[in-house]
Amino acid sequence: MIVIYAISTYNKQSMSTGHKNKKSSEDHPSSSDNNVSQLKLNDNSRIAVVGGGPSGSFFAYFLLGMAERVGLDLHVDIFETRDFDKQGPQGCNMCGGIISETLVQTLATEGIELPPNIVQRGVDSYFLHMDVGSVKIETPLREMRIAAVYRGGGPKGNTDLEWGSFDGYLLKLARKKGAQLIDDRVVEVVWKDGRPEIKTRGGTANSYDLLAVAVGVNSPTLKLFQGLNPDYKPPETTKTYICEYYLGHEEVGNTLGSSMHTFLLKIPRLEFAAIIPKGSYATVCMLGYKIDKELIKSFLNDPVVKKNFPSDWDSDKEDCQCSPRMHISPAKKPFAERVVFLGDCGVSRLYKDGIGAAYRTAKAAARSALFEGVSSGDFEKYFWPTCKSLKNDNAVGKLIFLIIGQLQKIKLTRRAILRMVSSEQKKEGKNRRMSAVLWDMFTGSAPYKEVFFRTLHPVFLIRFMWCSALELWPFEKKRTAIQEES
Amino acid sequence: MKAGVLGKSYNDGDVIVRQGKAGDCMYEILEGTVEVLREKDGKEICLAVLSKGDFFGEMSIFEREVRSATVRAMGEVRAITIDKKTLLRRISEDPSLAFRMIEKMANRIRELDKEIERLNTGY
Repeated sequence: MIVIYAISTYNKQSMSTGHKNKKSSEDHPSSSDNNVSQLKLNDNSRIAVVGGGPSGSFFAYFLLGMAERVGLDLHVDIFETRDFDKQGPQGCNMCGGIISETLVQTLATEGIELPPNIVQRGVDSYFLHMDVGSVKIETPLREMRIAAVYRGGGPKGNTDLEWGSFDGYLLKLARKKGAQLIDDRVVEVVWKDGRPEIKTRGGTANSYDLLAVAVGVNSPTLKLFQGLNPDYKPPETTKTYICEYYLGHEEVGNTLGSSMHTFLLKIPRLEFAAIIPKGSYATVCMLGYKIDKELIKSFLNDPVVKKNFPSDWDSDKEDCQCSPRMHISPAKKPFAERVVFLGDCGVSRLYKDGIGAAYRTAKAAARSALFEGVSSGDFEKYFWPTCKSLKNDNAVGKLIFLIIGQLQKIKLTRRAILRMVSSEQKKEGKNRRMSAVLWDMFTGSAPYKEVFFRTLHPVFLIRFMWCSALELWPFEKKRTAIQEES
Repeated sequence: MKAGVLGKSYNDGDVIVRQGKAGDCMYEILEGTVEVLREKDGKEICLAVLSKGDFFGEMSIFEREVRSATVRAMGEVRAITIDKKTLLRRISEDPSLAFRMIEKMANRIRELDKEIERLNTGY
């Protein structure tokens, strides 16, 4: 079944010290051995993927695809008990459900098309709403390249039979490639003969050559895997708020259109908020510090927000809601011998494009496992650089959000941003500097580092200062005030 | 265009790519069929017919040349553009992203080889 190089050496090293789980520590392989390429996947190697969300499905899909190309026969089990066709939080992996422009293009290149029953609405533009006014930012090609999706079967009580789950769709693709779905809960993970062994509620116990942990940050299952790698420290998280309002398909089109609506409002503790059009529903997403009922209410009752909903809309009558935790800081050492942590429970992107990060880490892990090996050293050399680049980029992202937070507080800068974007949107061409910066910030289409460097461009800075100066000019100020009122 | 679809729609006869024009993106067909035409001396020669799952315009991603052929919609077509910059950046991060493209291009070379053989032998 399995061929492992240097297995005798490996077993000699497997007596780990200082392991919290005594039972499992006896067989725990030493993670200090960073020799690269000692452990390889071979014909009939067994791989366990715990979690059938995007990172788990992407990993299985790409691993099996690459194995097919090199003529390797692998056995992949995906442990997932959630039925993604179920409505409400039961069948949902709880997130805003935006597939970024970059990811849509990358998936198209991979040959993964997102069918119309999975895409609840194609998004071709963004609205930036502030107390000083609103502006529409359009994609240069005026093309639907952002997908609004539901992770599960949609909000509670929806009667749309054509509804399809994004996570369910990816899981089906992984199964088509040959992955086996195991609908049984993982209750224990131990080391056995230098390999991770998975025990399920149904009473099965199987050992694997590689374990990919893709359980996200909202699952209590994550605790089971912490004992496998003493150096692993789970990511830091923050609470978000997501709710759904039924408006009807036509009304969503009339009020929100094919745009995502983002809000930079001066509401204490609110960092960022958005309304996403999806089928017959509007999804409201909020990010902030200690989100509670008071903060949710002050956002939903803000006049700037209310004007984006029909006049008879009642903010207290949401159809579905959840408060999932969101990854904000990377996990420490998300890999060990024969173990790798993917997506949110490993390293993800700050605030945006979590599914894009799941794709990147899953694919990096699949490449590393298939072409290099599954030792801790292999993952450190070939998988960790992808995680590290996301981690470093998030540090720049934090700085950008800090700056935006400060600019948000000053009315003059809010007006200057609005003025700069409004004038750019009237012109065709590539010189839409502020629009491009905001577009990439809101869509997560470009790395934060790239966005940051674009804001340092002399032309960007001069234009921004010019727009700020115009806002100070008394006649211009008066004209802007009239525009705001209208 | 329906609410839940991606890309851009083209009607029958719409030119998606024009021979001789500069290009900085490639296209993936999401729905429908297109014809690839080479225009010479005022005449059109059909080089290929592509359908769902096929891509075109990839030569301008890797070469600094103008479009080598015209691509025209045959009936209703939906296609998504893939930016040169986005694609090259992703390929530099993950070379395996190009596997499928190389596979498709290899298939095209195989087809062209067969065509050369057919032209030379008459079979």
